[in-house]
Amino acid sequence: MPDKNAIEVRGVSKLFGMGEAQVAALDNVSVSIRENEFFTLLGPSGCGKTTLLRLIAGFDYPTDGQILLHGQDIAPLPPFKRPVNTVFQSYALFPHMTVAQNIAFGLEMLGKPRAEISARVAEMLRLVRMEALKDRRTSQISGGQQQRVALARALAPQPKVLLLDEPLSALDYKLRKEMQIELKRLQNETGITFIFVTHDQEEALTMSDRIAVMSSGKILQVGSPWDIYDRPAVRFVADFIGETNFLDADVISASDGRATVRLSSGAEIPATCPAGATPQGKVTIVVRPEHARMAAPNGASAQLGQIENVVYLGTDTHFHVRLDDGTPFIVRQQNSRDGNGHSFASAERVGIEFGQDVAQILKD
Amino acid sequence: MASAQESARIAERRDIRNRWLLSAPALIIILLAAIGPLFIMLAYSFMAKGDYGDVKFGQFSLDGWFSVFFQRDIFDDTISLADAHLTIFWRSVRLSLATTVVTLVLGFPTAYFIATRPQNKREIWLFLITIPFWTNLLIRTFAMQEVIRNEGILNTVLLTLGVIRSPIQILYTDTAIMFGMVYVYLPLMVLPLYAAMEKLDFRLVEAGYDLYAGRLQVLRRIIIPLVKPGIIAGSILVFIPSLGAYVTPRVLGGGKNLMLGNLIELQFGQGRNWPLGAAISITLMVVVMTALLIYVRSAARTGADNNG
Repeated sequence: MPDKNAIEVRGVSKLFGMGEAQVAALDNVSVSIRENEFFTLLGPSGCGKTTLLRLIAGFDYPTDGQILLHGQDIAPLPPFKRPVNTVFQSYALFPHMTVAQNIAFGLEMLGKPRAEISARVAEMLRLVRMEALKDRRTSQISGGQQQRVALARALAPQPKVLLLDEPLSALDYKLRKEMQIELKRLQNETGITFIFVTHDQEEALTMSDRIAVMSSGKILQVGSPWDIYDRPAVRFVADFIGETNFLDADVISASDGRATVRLSSGAEIPATCPAGATPQGKVTIVVRPEHARMAAPNGASAQLGQIENVVYLGTDTHFHVRLDDGTPFIVRQQNSRDGNGHSFASAERVGIEFGQDVAQILKD
Repeated sequence: MASAQESARIAERRDIRNRWLLSAPALIIILLAAIGPLFIMLAYSFMAKGDYGDVKFGQFSLDGWFSVFFQRDIFDDTISLADAHLTIFWRSVRLSLATTVVTLVLGFPTAYFIATRPQNKREIWLFLITIPFWTNLLIRTFAMQEVIRNEGILNTVLLTLGVIRSPIQILYTDTAIMFGMVYVYLPLMVLPLYAAMEKLDFRLVEAGYDLYAGRLQVLRRIIIPLVKPGIIAGSILVFIPSLGAYVTPRVLGGGKNLMLGNLIELQFGQGRNWPLGAAISITLMVVVMTALLIYVRSAARTGADNNG
């Protein structure tokens, strides 16, 4: 098949409400999700990520646009005619059925023969390591176990695409970490395309092949976790994912995605441009706290400033610096035992140095 | 420590005493108004009938109970089954079952419709459901008579439209009784069904659709099992008063299509056979309770089966 996209969303809009009160949950969204990909929709609550997932699942119908599954428009199909299954945020396990009956449900509805169903259910129970609890009621198992059952139930009919709506949000921190690895393993073993919705940037970075960052019904940037983190295209993406320093700068020259910018201190540093844009004039650049270093103030420093606060965080230390032009700047330094001789203290005057290729110019 | 324990015990005792005091009015009413009269009925059913109604106190007799099931021929004293009573009994059960089924079929989609409205609209719909309760039952039943009688609205409309050539006789038939009871008892089916459906997690319905279940399968495999308590409650609330219905069969069934309620009334009134009336009443109660017990048991069992 020439078309290697599992899901293709073309110009999809979704309006809720009527007349004056009408709001666009999705505003002309287009995105392609490849086969066998772990794709994450990331954004704050209300950004439209769950709406997009529900449109793909078929619980809602788009106001405008197309949704293609392997090249076929599925937007008008009811959910029970789409080879797509969902893991719900609340799990939505059937309380009047056992664990095994829950997993068998989809297969029964597809009219599979009895022998095939029981074989497949056994396989799924093994896959999510729930064999021992197959005859339990869903109310008699823990949250983490319910999560596994919900996964097994959605995977049992071998969907083309698995949709996961913040499935880990109800779990505690440790269990969530375990399930992240578990999900990644399941995706590798089954080879099914996963579309994962979350507001947790860390979850998105650790699990995804690609991430789409959403805000106010629009997709702002699609890229690998590295792209999203190191090469944010717009301020929202840079701000939403991790901690970032924003600096004002003037573009001196730009070509082929690379530029030289002058900072407020007068220092000139290289910077990367956002994809498909040639910036000019005044711009904002971002530098991640861990990509900057503290040093004694001298001519080589990119910026000069005064330490306002030192926050010790175990694995590393955050230095809150007030730059000479008044901008706050955070430097994150790893705490190691080999010691580089000098430890910086509050109120001390410092220079800040940047590593290679750490400054990224934003579009806005 | 000991004094703390002591005061805790006193507080607990006071708490229990207060609870008894608070529930005393309700308990007294139940005792005097429900259980007391039942015992009086039971006692009356075992006494000889008085000449002008009432009973002869202290005269033990099984005649009342005997006449519930058997009759003695006036001329040759042969004993045979009380056909009339059995017919009435059977009609009552049949019409009550039919009423329950029809109200369930009509009430289920109604309740589903209300439960799926937005929160602020549901109250309006529920309010509309309760409107018939504002009018006296008797008046509503007579109104029903106006609708279905031969020159009534229904027949007039059908005649004018040319659907029928001559008026259909609906009034004073079993169908009329059932119509009336369905109309009167429908809210009693809708309300408990709504209460159950309101608690239904509609994400489970979505999960069903997601797992390839069509609309009928979602209804059969997910919605019905989950709202079963509402179905049971609604059926009980409709079946029991239907079985003992008095006004509806009296007005819509005319004089000839009696139900148990009318039969009982007859014994206490024109029949002047209080022991028989009491015995029929108790029989009715025993039948209802037995039916309920079997129904609830079997419903609970199938529920348990569904749950493995």
